[in-house]
Amino acid sequence: MSSFSVTEPSKRSKWFAGTLVIVYALITMVPLAWIMLTGFKSPADAISYPPKVLFEPTLEGYVNLFTTRTRQTDEFLAANPPETWYEEIVRQYDMVIAGPSKFGERFLNSVIIGFGSTFLSIFLGTLAAYAFSRFKIPLADDLLFFILSTRMMPPIAVAIPIFLMYRQLGLSDTHLGMILLYTAVNISLAVWLLKGFIDEIPREYEEAALIDGYTRFQAFYKVVLPQAATGIASTAIFCLIFAWNEYAFAVLLTSGTAQTAPPFIPTIIGVGGLDWPAVAAGATIFLLPVMIFTVALRKHLLRGITFGAVRK
Amino acid sequence: MAEIVIKNVRKEFGDFTAVRESSFTIEDGEFFMLLGPSGCGKTTTLRMIAGLELPTSGEIYLDGEEISQKPPSQRDIAFVFQMFALYPHMNVYKNLSYPLVSQGMKRAAVRDKVHEVAGILGIRDILKKPVGGLSGGDRQRVALGRAIVRDPKAFMMDEPLGALDAEFREHMSEELRALHDRMNATTVYVTHDQLEAMQMGDKIVVMNNAVVEQFGTPQEIYDKPATMFVADFIGSPSMNFLEFQGTVSEGAQSVEMNGQKLSVPRQIQSGSGNLVFGVRPEHVTLSDSGEYRGEVLATEYLGTTQIITLDTPNGELKARVPSGQVATVGEKIGLGFDASTITLFDRNSGKALLSELNEEVLSNG
Repeated sequence: MSSFSVTEPSKRSKWFAGTLVIVYALITMVPLAWIMLTGFKSPADAISYPPKVLFEPTLEGYVNLFTTRTRQTDEFLAANPPETWYEEIVRQYDMVIAGPSKFGERFLNSVIIGFGSTFLSIFLGTLAAYAFSRFKIPLADDLLFFILSTRMMPPIAVAIPIFLMYRQLGLSDTHLGMILLYTAVNISLAVWLLKGFIDEIPREYEEAALIDGYTRFQAFYKVVLPQAATGIASTAIFCLIFAWNEYAFAVLLTSGTAQTAPPFIPTIIGVGGLDWPAVAAGATIFLLPVMIFTVALRKHLLRGITFGAVRK
Repeated sequence: MAEIVIKNVRKEFGDFTAVRESSFTIEDGEFFMLLGPSGCGKTTTLRMIAGLELPTSGEIYLDGEEISQKPPSQRDIAFVFQMFALYPHMNVYKNLSYPLVSQGMKRAAVRDKVHEVAGILGIRDILKKPVGGLSGGDRQRVALGRAIVRDPKAFMMDEPLGALDAEFREHMSEELRALHDRMNATTVYVTHDQLEAMQMGDKIVVMNNAVVEQFGTPQEIYDKPATMFVADFIGSPSMNFLEFQGTVSEGAQSVEMNGQKLSVPRQIQSGSGNLVFGVRPEHVTLSDSGEYRGEVLATEYLGTTQIITLDTPNGELKARVPSGQVATVGEKIGLGFDASTITLFDRNSGKALLSELNEEVLSNG
């Protein structure tokens, strides 16, 4: 049966489109799946050639990711039988667990810095965007252009001045320093995106709130913000993804207390070289928060991307 | 309820002057229309009364208190927006209660008040619905409800019927007028629709190009227009303007136009040069005996009446006559004018010349 509507796609084209999307999705998911599977391989399976698709899964990578281990004498090992399942995994290599690794800390740093800078970017960005959208600001266009111009070269181009400045200011390897840095990079994106969203919200809503006895700030907070939620959510996702994945500045400016997960993960050393399963396990865990955040705000993101394309 | 006095109010947006020194008084309980074509400054005037714009100069008094520079929240004036501006993230109940919550009213009192207002407007059954799915009429009612719920001193309405379809408009305008009569609240209503203004208003201000052209009751504005703009803007078809060269002196009771002597109300103001003889279509009569003649160009049948377009020596003229009267295109017909209704205008200034007819209205307005 063919469809009678002109705008309704035919069955065949639906099939074609569906197949195309599935094929594309599979291709893009291969590297992700590869990383996730590698996390459950043994080090030998991980580097075997040809690559193993079927293998015996092990949690070795995850155990190695979260622990530090030391080699022990046979006597010691014999005298102390393994007490836990993860201890047992480590014993295969005549090792014992010496303590937790730094991954937990680094991951927490990523969370603090990623979400902290996202919050700050959105907070400042929303206020600035509202001001640009609603008030007569002298030189508003020039200021907006200036804000955008901060993104006209790759941020890493100013790495050395920032490195020197941070050393002088004592911001190197601090949470605050990294939050400020990522906020500075993200703020232009936030202001421009959010200004677009706020421009679309009719002024009448705020005026109605002013008439109804609210102050300008209450009108902003109670009427504009709920309606800008879509824009705020999609902007937040973009900001978080950048701050979360940022590698170059993290390598340059953090080494200890404020080191984030991206520079830490590749440094995980295993037995006789890089421990690929542990690295893959770290990458998998690292992917989760952004995935959860994105899925949680998915509705907003989709609406946000198409916002303004279709007017009601 | 309150009296609103607008005194020499002026508003500039940069180089653009939206409203030029305007003054008028809105009396307590009046249904007051601000009428004019788009861009004439009527909405700006309304927004200045409500406090959404601050005047560049001049004063606005609400019940004797000068409020022109106060924030809207301190004026106790409600505003109904053209596009309703219902808070889209709240349901009907929340929309209605929002102005009460800001006053810190107790929850139970808010509920009672909202239900009372919802009852008046007949929207009790939709209180729980989100505003997104409402019909135009219900949105309009909610917007009105949000305005009346807090018993403000005055209502501002910015073309509140503009977003409704024509059929529903009439019904809603009756509802609005009935609501006003029931509440007896001072209402300022902006519209560009002269018919709406005539139907609903107690008083009308006609604005054009940032200037108040005339201010008075619908009858005064219709029968005794102060300017050619008002005469042209009000009425459908609008007033006929027959242009002629001549002089009228003080006390004259007729003018000479195209060699014919035509009676007019006794003039108080003299004029000369380019003059205009203004007559409403319904004050034109067709007669075979009339000395002043015109050729029929077209006829439009409107049921009980018909509009006849004629070509006269002084320009085109439309006459509204009973549809029984026969007029054929091309025929030359004599015209008669109801002398007591004639207004003479000075062509250059566009202003009406004072006469017995309009003296009382125009000298104090």
